[in-house]
Amino acid sequence: MTNHQDHNTEIVKSTKTDRFQGHDYYNVDDLLTTEHLLVRDSVREWVKQEVSPIIEQYAERAMYPRHLVKGLAEIGAFGPSLPEKYGCGGLDEISYGLIMQELERGDSGIRSAASVQGSLVMYPIYKYGTEEMRMKYLPKLASGEFIGCFGLTEPDHGSNPGGMITNIVDDGDCYILNGAKMWITNSPIADVAVVWAKDEEGKVRGMVVEAGTPGFSAPEIHGKWSLRASITGELVFEDVRVPKENVFPDIKGLRGPLSCLSKARYGIAWGVIGAAMDCYDSALRYSLEREQFGKPIAGFQLTQKKLAEMITEITKAQLLAWRLGTLANEGKATPAQISMAKRNNVHMALEIAREARQIHGGMGITQEYSIMRHMMNLETVLTYEGTHDIHLLITGHDVTGLQAFK
Amino acid sequence: MNMLVCVSRTPETTAPVKFSADMSEYDGSGVNFIMNPYDEWYALVRALEVKESQGGKVTLFHVGGAESDAVIRKGLAIGADDAVRVDAAPSSSMFVAKQIAEYCKANAIDILFFGKETIDFNGAEVGAMAAEMLDMPYISFAIDMQLDGNNATITREIEGGKEVGEVQTPFALSAAKGLAEQRIANMRGIMMSKRKPINVIPAADAADKATVVKYAYPDAGGDVVYIEPDNMDELVRRLAEEAKVL
Repeated sequence: MTNHQDHNTEIVKSTKTDRFQGHDYYNVDDLLTTEHLLVRDSVREWVKQEVSPIIEQYAERAMYPRHLVKGLAEIGAFGPSLPEKYGCGGLDEISYGLIMQELERGDSGIRSAASVQGSLVMYPIYKYGTEEMRMKYLPKLASGEFIGCFGLTEPDHGSNPGGMITNIVDDGDCYILNGAKMWITNSPIADVAVVWAKDEEGKVRGMVVEAGTPGFSAPEIHGKWSLRASITGELVFEDVRVPKENVFPDIKGLRGPLSCLSKARYGIAWGVIGAAMDCYDSALRYSLEREQFGKPIAGFQLTQKKLAEMITEITKAQLLAWRLGTLANEGKATPAQISMAKRNNVHMALEIAREARQIHGGMGITQEYSIMRHMMNLETVLTYEGTHDIHLLITGHDVTGLQAFK
Repeated sequence: MNMLVCVSRTPETTAPVKFSADMSEYDGSGVNFIMNPYDEWYALVRALEVKESQGGKVTLFHVGGAESDAVIRKGLAIGADDAVRVDAAPSSSMFVAKQIAEYCKANAIDILFFGKETIDFNGAEVGAMAAEMLDMPYISFAIDMQLDGNNATITREIEGGKEVGEVQTPFALSAAKGLAEQRIANMRGIMMSKRKPINVIPAADAADKATVVKYAYPDAGGDVVYIEPDNMDELVRRLAEEAKVL
């Protein structure tokens, strides 16, 4: 080990100051309430204190900074828009979006952990579970005592979840669950999994499966070059007995899991603005400090083109997210509208990461800056929770009425 | 234990300093305002710790217009029970101190907390003035406070060291770094803050004894000249002939 960081050394907080400042070219803050600003600034402060000083080291070592779960719970990042009765925040959808934005400003993997816990685990338990299920699981998930994961995607069924082969068979007071799920954030460390499987009629049903149930395992997927500070695995079910009271009673069909994905995609549409702002903020500062040919590189037209286009795209994404948030608060945001925002904003963030990397020159590929980590993370975000192409087809379907998925 | 935490609203640390065209007033347009960090991180949090360990009530006290409510809300979100806002511009240290003193005369306060200074004018005056008006002991630059019933042992920073003293309630202190650790408002706190009252009261009469005549920017710093370590003669020549300090 010469040039490489020794992976056996203890991770200590970097003393480098996180100089990030938010960017608000169109005074979008004026559209936000005092509460929204408090929420955003609190999470931003937490990220600066807890995430920024350690995230590069965890990402390099492909380790999940599990100690952050407690802090995420304390700040209220798990299910912030669910009712206070269950230990949650009771905040509105814009607040939820801003939390995701600030977490992803730190790292998409940290935001993913909060997205999964809140939108894909707590939300379906709240929305489709019985009151007993809510009281049993939600406070523990909100407090971080439990970690949850969400199993929909299968090894052979990604964009086409309806083709799933994971299934349940009625066996008196239990269902017998068989099958496998793939690309599951947090699965190796999860205490509970929300799993979607077909019943004997071929209808998709949702259920909560607890870790430790015989026949249930969750091996980790290694070797990712993206979301390295997030843990990903499989879910394997071999004759797992799931008590009937753990099955969501009334929701049948893909509508159940898709409604959860809408929640998560909504959070992503906000979250990636954070990653984009972090790249832009760093590129703007670097270009003003870095001199070539006797002047800051920010003074050259080609750099200005990059910076001007970045802030333009960020501003457009902010307005899209704000409007979507306003619709969501009114209960009027359609899945197709959420698809458009997810697709547009993730692509925007990825393009900005690439341009920002160029502005940083060679430094852009190092851990001195967050750019390359964001760029690699965003390649995942472009694909998960509905791929870039599938979201395009959702918009196409919505405007033409003609389905082009198959 | 009734505690009053006096909080100021101040430009954030990275905000550029601007004045009106005639240099008579600070220009806060386009500036993001925050709660003074010494008030928030140390004074407020230590008061909350006292409340958590032995009960009591923490009230925020602020002099300022409605634009300050966002800053006050943050204090409530971090954990203060309620807030009092004197609806007037904080025109001078004396004026603000007078408001605090008048409030404390009408409401029994056991510990009066201040930040050691506000990061805009860095005056560090209000606490001492208010304590004097109330004839209350005042311990400035406190970096540690241990409370045993009504007796407090307070460590304060002094030039070149520390001073440890004892005092009984009621007293006033100003908080320096070390008195407590910053807390970040969480989502539940932010929600709860909406249900906590901000009581807006009119200002007590207080004549300003000082008025600001004008502000001035400091001279721009000069260029840095590097001189090689083996060229001390050049350094001496420059100090003597150019800087004229030798």
